[in-house]
Amino acid sequence: LPGARSAVPGAATMEAPTAYGDVTSYNNFYEFGTDKADPALRAQKLQTRPWTVVVDGLVKKPGRWDLDTLLKLAPMEERIYRLRCVEGWSMVIPWVGYSLVELIRRVEPLGSARYVQFETLADARQMPGLRSNIIPWPYVEGLRLDEAMHPLALLAFGLYGELLPPQNGAPLRLVVPWKYGFKSAKSLVAIRFVEQPPRSAWQRTAPQEYGFYANVNPTVDHPRWSQATERRIGEGLFAKRRPTLMFNGYEPQVGQLYAGLDLKKNY
Amino acid sequence: MSAPNQLLASPAAKPIVFVLALLPAAWLVWGAVANTLGANPAEALIRATGDWTLRFLCLTLAVTPLRQATGWHALARLRRLLGLFTFFYGVVHFLCFAWLDMGLDVGAIVQDIAKRPFILVGTAALLTMLPLAATSFNAAIKALGGRRWQLLHRAVYATAGLALLHFFWMRSGKHDYAEVAVYAAILGVLLGWRVWRRLRPAPRPALP
Repeated sequence: LPGARSAVPGAATMEAPTAYGDVTSYNNFYEFGTDKADPALRAQKLQTRPWTVVVDGLVKKPGRWDLDTLLKLAPMEERIYRLRCVEGWSMVIPWVGYSLVELIRRVEPLGSARYVQFETLADARQMPGLRSNIIPWPYVEGLRLDEAMHPLALLAFGLYGELLPPQNGAPLRLVVPWKYGFKSAKSLVAIRFVEQPPRSAWQRTAPQEYGFYANVNPTVDHPRWSQATERRIGEGLFAKRRPTLMFNGYEPQVGQLYAGLDLKKNY
Repeated sequence: MSAPNQLLASPAAKPIVFVLALLPAAWLVWGAVANTLGANPAEALIRATGDWTLRFLCLTLAVTPLRQATGWHALARLRRLLGLFTFFYGVVHFLCFAWLDMGLDVGAIVQDIAKRPFILVGTAALLTMLPLAATSFNAAIKALGGRRWQLLHRAVYATAGLALLHFFWMRSGKHDYAEVAVYAAILGVLLGWRVWRRLRPAPRPALP
């Protein structure tokens, strides 16, 4: 899945990408288990074709989009993003996809649409993690409409020039690089335009720990750990943790979205 | 003497158990050198050493119930060894955290202990083992006197409770308590056995 260099400001960090093997063997995808080795072990049989995504809610053109249409919707771009997990580790990943706004424009949101809700596949036959009820399935995430329309918000179909491996959220996922990784919902089956802020799966599970915004912010700690630093995966056993950057280093691009917002309250 | 008891009583038993108890550590050192611990070797080492501390704690606490249930009294010879390995893995666990996660920055370690209850409880669990490890040699038993020594070494039950709480809080981040439940069940049985032995009516002395 080739992608052209992206012209979007901030879309290609100069930092060294994390090794493909690390990107594809260490991540959270609770539908396949809570251990970060589980997705790579247990997601391989995920059926990603045929695949359709329902796009509905407050839009002029609701409908079902099949994967092949989505793959051809807009030119594919390579986006080399930092990814910061809320747990305190980070990677640099070369994704392939296009700005989510490309899809949003085509469905023409109504004036009343203020938020976008994303829903992950929840198929107990394919996803053994669904047997435990750690999270109210299906996994739901949400963005404000203006966040979703920011050019850095990516609808990703691939990484490292290949189609997404199942464990990384095949066949298509969201990537919002300035927010903690859990905001970037994987294996999307529904995108819904709504008036009220969607309650995310993590807000339902632990509202005092996971807020709606979940912007990467070194000055606002998780209730149970500091967010000031992060471990960059692949730097070796004795590498020092790096300081975490405001909005994961995307402040110049996205800072204005949050002008006047109390980021401590809106964590 | 039963066959298992004879094996346990043999002079080779302790060295064999010693070597076996070192295998997990050797395996982890090898994994770190050969880079086979996955994408986040620091996390893998911290977690694995914590797991092994809990496992050795269970083994240590299993010695007495197992001895009483089976009559393999030679098991008692292994109790100190296993207890000291619990302490060893606990210390390595703490060092891994202090070094690999905190970069041996004392200020950051102190802050983290204060910030995260599960780190605080884990540190407390380690500290409860300190006096036990320090009084594990024969001269200390003699100096303290058997009764007082035994009283002091009941602190291991506090270690067990704190270690379990540490693990529970650590896993509460993912709301995943399956493994915690396994350790809780094992420790529950091992401690429950002791309570039950204490509370049951004393056996009548045999009539002459």
